[in-house]
Amino acid sequence: MQQFPCPFCGLRDEREFHFAGEAGKTRPDTTKEISDADWTAYLYYCTNAKGPSREIWVHTTCQEYFAMTRDTVSMEVLSTEALNEDAA
Amino acid sequence: MTRHYSALSLLREGLKGHTGWAPLWRSPAPKDTYDVVIVGGGGHGLATAYYLAKNHGVTNVAVIEKGWLGGGNTGRNTTVIRSNYFYPESTALYDLSVRLYEGLSRDINYNVMFSQRGMMVLAHSDAEMEMAARTVNAMQLGGADAELLGAKEVQKKAPVLNFRNDARYPIHGAIFQGRGGTGRHDAVAWGYARAADRLGIDIIQNCEVTGFLIEGGVCKGVETTQGLIRAGSVGVATAGHSSVLAKMGGYKLPLHSYALQAFVTEAIKPFMDTVAFSPMTGSYFSQSDKGGLVIGGGLDRVPSYGQRGNMPMQETVLAGIIDMAPALAKVKLLRHWAGIVDVSPDSSPLIGPSGTEGIYINCGWGTGGFKAIPAGGYLFAHLLANGAHHDISRPFDPGRFNTGHLIDEAAGSGIAH
Ligand SMILES: Cc1cc2nc3c(=O)[nH]c(=O)nc-3n(C[C@H](O)[C@H](O)[C@H](O)COP(=O)(O)OP(=O)(O)OC[C@H]3O[C@@H](n4cnc5c(N)ncnc54)[C@H](O)[C@@H]3O)c2cc1C
Ligand SMILES: [Zn+2]
Repeated sequence: MQQFPCPFCGLRDEREFHFAGEAGKTRPDTTKEISDADWTAYLYYCTNAKGPSREIWVHTTCQEYFAMTRDTVSMEVLSTEALNEDAA
Repeated sequence: MTRHYSALSLLREGLKGHTGWAPLWRSPAPKDTYDVVIVGGGGHGLATAYYLAKNHGVTNVAVIEKGWLGGGNTGRNTTVIRSNYFYPESTALYDLSVRLYEGLSRDINYNVMFSQRGMMVLAHSDAEMEMAARTVNAMQLGGADAELLGAKEVQKKAPVLNFRNDARYPIHGAIFQGRGGTGRHDAVAWGYARAADRLGIDIIQNCEVTGFLIEGGVCKGVETTQGLIRAGSVGVATAGHSSVLAKMGGYKLPLHSYALQAFVTEAIKPFMDTVAFSPMTGSYFSQSDKGGLVIGGGLDRVPSYGQRGNMPMQETVLAGIIDMAPALAKVKLLRHWAGIVDVSPDSSPLIGPSGTEGIYINCGWGTGGFKAIPAGGYLFAHLLANGAHHDISRPFDPGRFNTGHLIDEAAGSGIAH
């Protein structure tokens, strides 16, 4: 099995992790009028990059969400960081 | 040169030592301009070319393939053909495909070995039996054949399955589609290629599309490793690589790419003459004509383009097979491989305009597009020839993600998405 590094727990078995989505997607501001196209883009559309991809993952064991940059061809993990207020 | 297959041509060629067969398709150099360029020489691309010529008289067409024909998912799937879906839109689409498959070998004069041995989707609890009855009703209403089998009837059709009292997933019954079965995947690609070639279509292999020629926001052709090729319109049918093409063409897609794995065992004596699928264990298998068991399961857990699959899903699928048929525990695996499939949010395909004028898409077939090759090609050809949808493809337009008219087959189709 591959191991992924959780920024809080260190290297753990890949089965403890869940892919949550691509990084950099901001939920539309629901206090304002939102077009169908904006909702569609947020809910469904994605880059689905071949190669390095910046993503949000959750370590289901500690329940922390974090950012992971991963090569989607080689499956190599390039970096992981905790999500804090600075790194959105 | 002999180009038509018949008992007579076989006999004649046999007497001549099989020296007179013509190649199945030509390998022409690309022309400067075509009416339609199709990117992707998998089953969907090749079938589209064939139906463009046959149904619409559009023959100035090129199919451009970066590798070899059927070298993508079309040549690496588990070959199950069925139309046991839940929603009427899906039944219309997949049953059109099964009907086209039924006449395909004759239509293209090439034996695609469609074997209608039937497909069973097992139910393992009373609650699952109720859902199975609901699916059977939905299929019958949609015009597809379906029967609800009880445990005894399943046992009669497939005594090798696990009917022990202590089975982890006891078999209560199954949805049975008798017209379902398997086909020969390479033959589907080669047969359509040969038939399209005979109608004048240029099939260009070892030619990768590296970009689109966009003039004033409109696509006018493709850039390839063999130079620029102009086109009246471009159809893209590149399965797991659809998002890579979208990036080049300036449009976006609601797709994730995943590896999907398959396995084949050593050849054994006749073991089971139907297709058995257990949604509970996430595994299915059938026996190939050569005797090997062809085994498949769900998607890998992690989106990827790494065409090798990963361990957690191998364990899940193989454990599921042994749950289903414990007698297989000692049978050896011969080979194992993965293909990259493109999965949409509602597990239904995308057929329609891409968002960039002049480019049309046929993608998002995910884990189940082999069964759909004839219909996918038929409907995509209609779209490319007329610039407008056929009634059966209209619900699958990507615009459904804007309007909310999703066709959420993740639950209905019984596929482990
Ligand atoms: C393991 C596995 C099991 C499956 N089992 C089943 C099953 O039992 N039943 C079923 O119905 N479906 C099944 N499927 C799904 C099915 O195989 C696919 O949905 C179907 O083959 C898709 O056909 P296609 O023609 O769209 O794509 P493909 O056959 O993948 O063809 C796309 C082609 O595009 C080419 N291409 C990509 N990029 C470029 C470029 N830039 N330039 C030129 N060419 C390019 C590729 O080389 C490829 O040949 C399975 C898939 C896998 C991987
Ligand atoms: Zn953790």
